[in-house]
Amino acid sequence: MSTLAATLQGLRRYPTVAVGGVLIAIVALAALLAPWISGDPLGFEPVNRLKPPSAEFWLGTDSLGRDVYARLVHGARISLFVGLAVAVLAVAAGGLAGLLAGYFPRVDAVLMRVMDGVMAIPAILLAIALVALLGASVKVVIVAIAIPEIPRVCRLVRSVVLSVRNLPYVEAARSNGTRVVRLLWRHILPSTVAPVIVQATYICASAILVEAGLSFLGAGTPPEFPTWGNMIASNRMFLMLAPWTVFAPGICLAIVVLAVNLLGDGLRDRLDPRISRSM
Amino acid sequence: MLSYILRRLLGVIPVMLVVGVFVFSLLHLAPGDPAAIIAGDNATAENIARIRASLGLDRPFLTQFLDWGGGVLRGDLGVSMFSGLPVSQLILQRVEATVSLAASTMVVAVVLAVTLGVLAAWKAGSLLDRAVMGVAVTGFSVPVFVVGYLLVYFLSMKLRWFPVQGYRPIADGLWDWARHLVLPSFALGLAYVALIARITRTSMLEVMSEDYMRTARAKGVATAPLLLRHALKNAAVPIVTVIGIGVALLISGVVITESVFNIPGIGRLVVDAITRRDYPIIQGVMIVFAGVYVLINLGVDVLYCFIDPRIRYR
Repeated sequence: MSTLAATLQGLRRYPTVAVGGVLIAIVALAALLAPWISGDPLGFEPVNRLKPPSAEFWLGTDSLGRDVYARLVHGARISLFVGLAVAVLAVAAGGLAGLLAGYFPRVDAVLMRVMDGVMAIPAILLAIALVALLGASVKVVIVAIAIPEIPRVCRLVRSVVLSVRNLPYVEAARSNGTRVVRLLWRHILPSTVAPVIVQATYICASAILVEAGLSFLGAGTPPEFPTWGNMIASNRMFLMLAPWTVFAPGICLAIVVLAVNLLGDGLRDRLDPRISRSM
Repeated sequence: MLSYILRRLLGVIPVMLVVGVFVFSLLHLAPGDPAAIIAGDNATAENIARIRASLGLDRPFLTQFLDWGGGVLRGDLGVSMFSGLPVSQLILQRVEATVSLAASTMVVAVVLAVTLGVLAAWKAGSLLDRAVMGVAVTGFSVPVFVVGYLLVYFLSMKLRWFPVQGYRPIADGLWDWARHLVLPSFALGLAYVALIARITRTSMLEVMSEDYMRTARAKGVATAPLLLRHALKNAAVPIVTVIGIGVALLISGVVITESVFNIPGIGRLVVDAITRRDYPIIQGVMIVFAGVYVLINLGVDVLYCFIDPRIRYR
């Protein structure tokens, strides 16, 4: 009971975390239950083309007569999965690079130049190039979105490592003969966790946006998948006739990204007031 | 300061070298024969051989890279696989539209964001402040194409205030040019406004708590000069930094915005190249945009010395 009360009190103190968390939970639940709470996202009936929202089709139908609501719910699966996968991948790769760069000055000199170079390439162009070369699949899209995020994580982790590597407790562990791997893992890595969690939330939000952008441009998840970006791209010619086909996925996209960003802002205030989102 | 600028210019070389190696080796890191990848799924052996020869893919990697890199330095970005025209020529044809869009977005966003940020800081805690910050968080979360289609649907299709899409060159008349840029600039600018307004507010609040601000207020400086000359000028460094960081955001956004509003710029060039697997175009545009990004950030760093003479350079 006391933990529940403490949690509730904590949520009241950080309303952005609560609002963001609840919104994400709803969307995640809808995504998980997609096959049970909606119809077939792929089945099309040309008779029912561009029908406005009704009792049968809650959000109307699109240009091929497909159920917009069913596609929306199934699209949430891809958006959330891509966002999560990109965050995990970027944090793992960028975190490792940042640890090494922060701890070994020689690695630092080379690695940070490489990171500067990668940062200079616009994320969406890099993703377009990879998708054009490797073909469009969810796997390629995840890797393509994660690569440009790696330097940001790397810089963040590196700056934390630089600030703790010469603190007395690390010195003490080092002079006790702790081996480098253990030193990095047990004594340095924990300091990076709080800022990295916050950063990972922002990466997740930005990955969902970039995935939708790539799908929209026709360089993302293959068109047969019902992603929100694909839905907007395939119906944009019908904006005047059937605005729901464009705005339903568009507004969903905005709400999910907003929720993840709110969660990030809340976590930032809670976990680490030093870092700002401009990093 | 001159030596600082020179040193920073030299620092561009390793960054662009990394960009070059990265962009060039992408094609070679992809599994399989690069020529076959470019040729597509149902290409004839003849076609693949032609592509291999035209790209010089049969030569050693280092020779290819030096050859390509030398070309890039001379402004030769290779030849489009689809149209057979030089990539640099294709990019130059489309520079006007893209620069128009980017510049008008920048102007709209900076003017709007700094105004909102200053007002929010001035009336911190007020309804206005909370509204501005609300817009800032939301603006950061709504994708360019969603804002774009919302604006098009309501302002162009329903109210008929603006053209639905397209671009008119400046040469065809300033009015028409500007009219076609209004919606794209606002759609693309929203995320940028969010970013800059937020940092303007934070930076202004920090400066306004300084002792000299209290002194200025006490000696009776009027509100406008107090906010602009005393506060904003001293709050400028983080704002300019974020404007520089945001250029990356802007470049990615340009590609999508041009597709939403059917603007024949460099972004459209790349998007059209995806389905045609015209890799030289994608490669060329990546190099050019990366170069622009690096130069703008260099410009921002140099600008610091003019804004804030206290910054010393080692």
